[in-house]
Amino acid sequence: MENQSFWRRCLSHRSFVAGGTLSGLLVLTALISLVWTPYDPVKQNLRARFLPPSWEHLLGTDQFGRDIFSIIMAGAQNSITVGVVSVSIGMAFGVALGLWASAKRGWTEELIMRGSDFMYAFPAILLAIMLVATLGQGAVNAIVAIGIFSIPIFARLTRGAANAIWAREFILAARAAGKGRFLITLQHVLPNIISVIVVQATIQFALAILAEAALSFLGLGAQPPTPSWGRMLDETRSMIFINPWLAVYPGAAIAVSVLGLNLLGDGLRDIIDPRLARKR
Amino acid sequence: MPLLSVENLTVTLNTAHGPARAVRNLSFALEKGETLGIVGESGCGKSMTALAVMGLLPENGWADGAVKLDGDNLLAYSEDRMCDVRGNRIGMVFQEPMTSLNPLHTVGRQIAESMIIHRGMNKTDARAEAVRLLGMVGIPEPESRVAAYPHQLSGGQRQRVMIAMALSCGPELLIADEPTTALDVTIQKQILDLIRSLIDDLGMAMILISHNLGVIYENVQEVIVMYGGTRVESGPTKEVFADLSHPYTQGLFAAVPQLDATRAARKRLQTIPGTVPELVHLPAGCTFQERCAYVTDACRPTPPPVAEVTPGHNVACLHSDVARKDWAAR
Amino acid sequence: MSVFLAKRFATFIATLFGATILTFLALEILPGDPASVILGINAPQSAVDALHAKLGLDRPILERYFAWLGDLLTGRFGTSYTYSVSVLELVKDRLAITMPLAILSMLLSAVVAFLLGVYAASRHNKAGDVTVMGISQLGISVPNFWLALLLILLFAVNLRWFSSGGFPGWHNGFWPALQALILPAIALATVQGAILARFTRSAVLETMREDYVRTARAKGLSRRATLWRHVLRNAMIPVITIMGLQFANLLAGTIIVEEVFAMPGMGRLILQAISNRDVVVVRDVVLMLAAIVVLINFVVDILYAVIDPRLKPHDV
Repeated sequence: MENQSFWRRCLSHRSFVAGGTLSGLLVLTALISLVWTPYDPVKQNLRARFLPPSWEHLLGTDQFGRDIFSIIMAGAQNSITVGVVSVSIGMAFGVALGLWASAKRGWTEELIMRGSDFMYAFPAILLAIMLVATLGQGAVNAIVAIGIFSIPIFARLTRGAANAIWAREFILAARAAGKGRFLITLQHVLPNIISVIVVQATIQFALAILAEAALSFLGLGAQPPTPSWGRMLDETRSMIFINPWLAVYPGAAIAVSVLGLNLLGDGLRDIIDPRLARKR
Repeated sequence: MPLLSVENLTVTLNTAHGPARAVRNLSFALEKGETLGIVGESGCGKSMTALAVMGLLPENGWADGAVKLDGDNLLAYSEDRMCDVRGNRIGMVFQEPMTSLNPLHTVGRQIAESMIIHRGMNKTDARAEAVRLLGMVGIPEPESRVAAYPHQLSGGQRQRVMIAMALSCGPELLIADEPTTALDVTIQKQILDLIRSLIDDLGMAMILISHNLGVIYENVQEVIVMYGGTRVESGPTKEVFADLSHPYTQGLFAAVPQLDATRAARKRLQTIPGTVPELVHLPAGCTFQERCAYVTDACRPTPPPVAEVTPGHNVACLHSDVARKDWAAR
Repeated sequence: MSVFLAKRFATFIATLFGATILTFLALEILPGDPASVILGINAPQSAVDALHAKLGLDRPILERYFAWLGDLLTGRFGTSYTYSVSVLELVKDRLAITMPLAILSMLLSAVVAFLLGVYAASRHNKAGDVTVMGISQLGISVPNFWLALLLILLFAVNLRWFSSGGFPGWHNGFWPALQALILPAIALATVQGAILARFTRSAVLETMREDYVRTARAKGLSRRATLWRHVLRNAMIPVITIMGLQFANLLAGTIIVEEVFAMPGMGRLILQAISNRDVVVVRDVVLMLAAIVVLINFVVDILYAVIDPRLKPHDV
């Protein structure tokens, strides 16, 4: 019964539907590109350079004669990998720290929260750039750096939401029944805050895609020949005067993916917490 | 002509569950210098009535009927004309003195503001007048307190500031919506005494809204008891309290602890069973039918007619005769 | 000084201190030896050792950290391996591009966000609100370096209103320099402005629900007067916080956008230093940028105390 009305609310929420469709498209593109793309996104064909859009090459070809539509499709894999891995890192450590802070209180909480505040006040992307610079340029390091700097965001959010749950009466009942903090956290706190975390994860996913695109654009992220939207933009930069359209497609792909995820996150937030929706 | 005449006032709020009628066909009149109390549980429509008079209903609400001030229907006023009435001819004091003052402005500035817009005073004169008003409402050292920020004052003092603000332009009518509910019991009486003496001195009319029967009994000449957006009983305060005629009024009274009651009487302290009906799903007939001990099938199809108990004392209940007898026998 | 400011000052100092530890450690874990970068891989061990001693790399880590900290406190920054000049010297001209750019985009985004946010809030749930929110949602999703490319395409390549990059320097006059900053500033301000507009809107909406706003209306203030006199100043408090926090993102964005517009700012410097493995420059420049961000946030705290009387010492 309740599930049914939840889905009905989802389907009648405009930004959720729009965001869900766009995000679904992103995932679908990545999945299809695993098994099929119109052309090999890596293979160069110097006889077919800078071809205009046609039925053969939907978005034309680039300076190496590669089919742009195929690279864009394959680039979705990279974006999804970045999002999934970095959000997983941020969420795993952040949620654990947040839950720990909330369950222990006292000095533990103070220390964890001051640490997050510090990371928050510090230019995170700068540190990511520095970390990538020191660990070496490359997709893995970029993803790890982005993941690390989303830890404090998840930690803060989790701790705040968990504290609200700890103050509720059913927790008191569970404690009175002799349950330990660890068990209560797993059985009562986590299930009650999972929706808030999911919403944030969606938003962080979008931010991770943006951050990785920026790092790749600077040459600090994905390295050739991995198809990456950020690096595509970097590569086409010198050709912007000759063939401006090359610079348009990858950027549009990033923007549409990020827009979709943001809309999905906002929609989810509205649906899960109507009280917040009113405020927005 | 009465100062304020409310005729068939209906307030409708658009909610997620459909339109809710927060006030239904409410009529009353208030003469110059007269004091009226509106009493009822939260959600009975008493605050909505006050906001409808002020033209400050929430965005999702609107009022039908008429609210006449000196014969002019305020509901037909444009927003601009209504601004000239608010704070000028009608002053209002709200429930929460802690949050009803702007934390970033000095109290002097907040009191002076309405005199600047309505009386065209300059800042210096308005400030001097604010000092006088602060003294009038019993704030010590008003010359220095005028520069204080709200967070530097106690709750009782803040409510005095609110009263000074509401009275600053010498309104003909003061609306006080639960003015003491948020305050300590010891402060409550001081504030009410202050309001009453100011009303007497300045010859204003007042609508006092409260859920507290004691506050109503001691401070107003006329009373309206509201339930589910409708008036269930009304009349001169003394007469109504001497002869409670509606089962709901009786229930309210029985729920008030009496300090001087005997032990046996205190045992009878009751609560009214059930909860206030949701305004979206109000029953067709009497609004109190679901919680009433006297309910019969006759109560259900149509709202009960208004009957006169004594001249001026009205009750909207089919079974008030039985209820009165029972009450008198207690 | 009030308790609030004293606390914030302590946080300010602690954050700066933390920043030095973080930047120092991040470069300690750097694989590869700066000495061999400078001397080449085939340099004799004796030369490497000599350079180690000269750079102080042979000393224990704690000692080096405190020596560095001492240098910073006395205003002596490190020396670049590649340029052989003081980092301070390198930074001077470049900050004169990056800071004006960051400040210009901050101002631009603040003005746009303020107007759009307040407009949207005053038209809550009406067409104007929905439109503004839709546009801002789009603005948040656009990568700033891509927007920079598009701006170059439109205004420099097609319309030829602005140059496509580079920076003439302040010594050639104020206007040419400002003109060179406009496109990059717009690219940066769009994203910031979109985020800020949403915050402004929700802060204004939140404040409009406050009891004291109802009090102001009950006094006879019109909607417009209430908005200007009672809502906006209160709503600005959370908005200013976000602006302070966003300054970090803005500086990071400057690095990228400078790269797109080929402007010799801090971004260029740091990216070159990274590819040259010029550790000292990376470390000191990152710390400087971090210090600027932390300082801005401290200034925001002081602004708070100016706006909000509750944070001033009780003197009445």
